[in-house]
Amino acid sequence: MSTSHVLLGLLAAGSQHGYELKRAHDTRLPRAKPLAFGQVYATLGRLQRDGLVVSAGQEREAGPDRTAYTLTDQGRAALTGWLAAVEPPMPYVTSALFTKVAVALLVADLNAARSYLVAQARAHTERLRELTAVKTAPASSLADVVAVDYVIAHLDADLRWLRTTLARVADWHREVHP
Amino acid sequence: MSGLQAHGVVRSYGPTPALRGVSLDVAEGEIVAVTGPSGCGKSTLLHCLAGILRPDVGEVHWRGERIDTWPEAARSRLRRTEFGVLFQFGQLVPELTAAENVALPLLLAGTGRRGAGRAAREWLDRLGVAHLADVRPGAMSGGQQQRCATARALVTGPRVLFADEPTGALDTLGGEEVLTRLVHLAREQGTTIVLVTHEPRIAAYADREVMLRDGVVDPTGLGLDEPLVPVAGPGAVAR
Ligand SMILES: Nc1ncnc2c1ncn2[C@@H]1O[C@H](COP(=O)(O)OP(=O)(O)O)[C@@H](O)[C@H]1O
Ligand SMILES: [Mg+2]
Repeated sequence: MSTSHVLLGLLAAGSQHGYELKRAHDTRLPRAKPLAFGQVYATLGRLQRDGLVVSAGQEREAGPDRTAYTLTDQGRAALTGWLAAVEPPMPYVTSALFTKVAVALLVADLNAARSYLVAQARAHTERLRELTAVKTAPASSLADVVAVDYVIAHLDADLRWLRTTLARVADWHREVHP
Repeated sequence: MSGLQAHGVVRSYGPTPALRGVSLDVAEGEIVAVTGPSGCGKSTLLHCLAGILRPDVGEVHWRGERIDTWPEAARSRLRRTEFGVLFQFGQLVPELTAAENVALPLLLAGTGRRGAGRAAREWLDRLGVAHLADVRPGAMSGGQQQRCATARALVTGPRVLFADEPTGALDTLGGEEVLTRLVHLAREQGTTIVLVTHEPRIAAYADREVMLRDGVVDPTGLGLDEPLVPVAGPGAVAR
């Protein structure tokens, strides 16, 4: 996930201080990992170095949190380009789940792989229920619902894969150890 | 004893066994998903619990009373009062408007026309389809029909709602909206729900999931052929 592009996006409406950016980030992207202040300032520093933002109204005495940042034309172009670029649709199989089963079959026995699949399916089911509860909670905003829906769809897909793999893992084991 | 229980329920259709000894305990206010592959006996279990079908063997209890031995008239009264049912296809009466459909169970229970009409509109509003009160089912989308059917199932204030694949005929978004509202309202009213579904994503709306397999409760909950041998490792006990 590209923190720098999110910050560029938040600056598109006008200059903001680092602490305002952190707050806006956490509000607009609910249930994302909250941004650390240090990360905000480090990212802003990089963006400034690359000419994508400039600091305005700097009060030297007051420290970095008193500095407001503004998007440059170059920054706006970078933001537009990023928004329009299609993300590569999963170019590699990089799932930790898949890797773990593959390694389990290499170094351990079939039972270890099956136990892992079962434990993982239980953990996924638990998390699926937890996030689904967010959707029926009266206090949830639409942003919350849209955010958890993303994870729900992925957990659901993982669960299907876990169950199918559970049904195939014995054959896969025979393929690995003929 | 409160809540709803099945004890060793067996049910066949002629030579076909559908349930081969199912026990289940549902607490009041609980939302329980009954899941499992097609043909595993989910609908049969729901029909037995709701008093629509009678088990061949075993018992069904509601609030401490054995109900499966009640005569059909008494079970049918139960389904008009404390129990409600919702099926995959809402089964609205096509000749009636949404408001008339929702008012119907109240009229059958002896509520006056005015009161029934008012309650019907209130429930359509809670399901987010107040604007469809005077529309007939034929002019609605599947999701809208199912929201009206949900209003009709809840208008009598049932203590238990039996829902059999209530989102099965809907697209993802339509299904999510029906279920989100249904579960939200059930929690608000303390309604118990027995929710039959084969989709993990829908089952996740429940507090708990009971998986059936070939007419019995699957203790692994994952459709495993053989129970797993425990593996030694962190947190596991070596033996
Ligand atoms: N009316 C019926 N007549 C004969 N067999 C039936 C009838 N209803 C269900 N069955 C059979 O009973 C079994 C369980 O069916 P059902 O309870 O509908 O399962 P599920 O709802 O899980 O798909 C299946 O083998 C099904 O074919
Ligand atoms: Mg069924």
